[in-house]
Amino acid sequence: MAKTLTPEEAERHWARSKGLMWLTLAIWFFFSFVIHFFVDSLNGIVIFGFPLGWYMAAQGSLIVFVILCFWFAGAQNRIDEEFGVAED
Amino acid sequence: MSNGRDFTSNLGRIYGIYTGGFIAFVILLAILEQVGVPDRIIGYLFVFFTIGIYALIGILSRTMQVSEYYVAGRRVPALYNGMATAADWMSAASFIAMAGGLYAQGYSYLAFVLGWTGGYVLVAVLIAPFLRKFGAYTVPDFLGSRYGGNVARTIGIVILFCCSFSYILGQITGTGIIASRFLGIDFNVAVFVGLVGILVCSMLGGMRAVTWTQVAQYIVLIMAYLIPVVILSAQQTGIPLPQLMYGTVLQEIQNLEQTKPALAGIKPFIQTPQTMTEAANFFALILCLMIGTASLPHVLMRFFTTPSVRDARRSVGWALFFIFLLYFTAPAYASFAKLEVYQNILGADLANLAAIQDLPRWVFIYGGIDLVKICGVNAVDAQTVLAACQAKDVIMLDHTNFSIASDTVVIATPEIAGLPYVIAGLVAAGGLAAALSTADGLLLAIANALSHDVYYRMVDPKASTAKRLVVARTLLVVVAVLGAAVATTRPGGILALVAWAFSLAAAGLFPALVMGVWWKRTTNQGAIWGMIAGFGVTLFYLIMTRYFGMPLWFGINNISAGIFGIPTAFLVTWVVSMMTPAPSKEMQDFVDSLRIPSGATLMDEKT
Repeated sequence: MAKTLTPEEAERHWARSKGLMWLTLAIWFFFSFVIHFFVDSLNGIVIFGFPLGWYMAAQGSLIVFVILCFWFAGAQNRIDEEFGVAED
Repeated sequence: MSNGRDFTSNLGRIYGIYTGGFIAFVILLAILEQVGVPDRIIGYLFVFFTIGIYALIGILSRTMQVSEYYVAGRRVPALYNGMATAADWMSAASFIAMAGGLYAQGYSYLAFVLGWTGGYVLVAVLIAPFLRKFGAYTVPDFLGSRYGGNVARTIGIVILFCCSFSYILGQITGTGIIASRFLGIDFNVAVFVGLVGILVCSMLGGMRAVTWTQVAQYIVLIMAYLIPVVILSAQQTGIPLPQLMYGTVLQEIQNLEQTKPALAGIKPFIQTPQTMTEAANFFALILCLMIGTASLPHVLMRFFTTPSVRDARRSVGWALFFIFLLYFTAPAYASFAKLEVYQNILGADLANLAAIQDLPRWVFIYGGIDLVKICGVNAVDAQTVLAACQAKDVIMLDHTNFSIASDTVVIATPEIAGLPYVIAGLVAAGGLAAALSTADGLLLAIANALSHDVYYRMVDPKASTAKRLVVARTLLVVVAVLGAAVATTRPGGILALVAWAFSLAAAGLFPALVMGVWWKRTTNQGAIWGMIAGFGVTLFYLIMTRYFGMPLWFGINNISAGIFGIPTAFLVTWVVSMMTPAPSKEMQDFVDSLRIPSGATLMDEKT
């Protein structure tokens, strides 16, 4: 049976989780929107034939999203384990 | 599958054998084709064999337990739930229409690629783990429990029904189009064949059966999507990695656009938004699709089936990975098709019959089923094309006189690569798997909301397990038949139907789901009015701009109507919550317990 947190512990656990949430969403926001504002300048750079602005919208951001999801899952799990509230 | 534990510990072996068997089946058909079995028979074998396998899985997964029926017993490992979610998610539109949309619209269509992937980050961070901890069977179930009962629950059901039903029509239509195109069956008959395929997979085993068929369908659809373009890439560039090699294709496309006379004045493939309005629409669409992804009930309910909250989070990562495999390939499809058209079709001499006969064979194959037009007529044969172009006084084929339907790009690629018919049959089986798997998930989302939320929670909370399952199955059949009946009236194109669902779900459900977990102060009244306002504004904009000629607000296309509805919903939820008394201590404790992964689910039910 998992332990119950004191209100203070619960608050710290949630504060850490919220911090992780904001960080993850900031990265998400950057690769969903911000980087594509600069598509025209990025297109000046060509790698393997790909204009970089196109590449970011067609592949680069997608790869970041996949990694971000796994990274988030790991990071949140570490927070849960630290507070002893991860599932067995 | 009667012994669930054995089954889940052997998943790798079972699906390994399944995949090997499927490959052997494709090879067998290839041999049959070589010895002269007609294409039509090959096509039939593909469709009936795959649907037969899905049906078999559906029947083996039958269950009489409520928790198996609604959430697959919460035993689906993260990786397999990821595959099932990917199949659930990728619809006929993703499989057939996306590459075609990219072909036609170039860079601006990448909003779909971004929007339909990035939304999963929101699912993982903001919603899925908490719904899993709550232990709901359906999304309205969560709304009802968090926001004080049947009013919120009912609004949730109405929104769910509006988005999922329009979405399911798109899938049933897609099934009909694919089956009629490849098998030559009448569209209306094909719809009901598809319907049977959907029902056998879901009726007996509910979520459990749908989960394991969706995994099987994912394997078929991803192989069908990747194989043709991998071969095409190997042929044209020497390296079977289309996703990397299409960079050089993009370069050639850009060169041809600047130098080839037949392409004079064409909108460049990689052209980025040129005006403020275009840019605003690009970003608004990304946002609506992402938030819509994170709110669609048939996607969220997949994360109720994992063994733990931790697995729910990991499973989002797997789902996105499996979706990514298809979505990062779609632009490669579009680019190879674009180059084929630019190099081998445009610029052709239209003044004499022999030159027209020299056009690639696929032009006439797909012209014959109304998908390719030259000089404004279907390219049925060289004679027809010659006559039409002479009438229009066109002597060289330029880009204004050539068009292909967006569905064609994926379907025609095997033919473009000169592959045998068996590969085209494989693509049809993949498209069918994509449409069926999404339809299964949607059907279950709708029927479960009706049987669990309306019947069990609101009409007869004392109903026995057996009775609940009978009601659930009956409603499943009713919804499916209703969907098929409406689909045979052909209400609009697939994408238009599907696209509306995203904005409606985003504005109607997302704020209530997110604020319910992340802001304890959200009150019942706040959420209820927020859902009504968000959904109402979005629906108003969609209908008024589409049917009553209302001018666009700030030039935003109606596909992105959620851009007005989402902030409205957040704002109304916040304002009304602040005006009403804070939720009770009990409700606040309830939210606290959602935020901690350990401990029992809050809604668990003995079966």
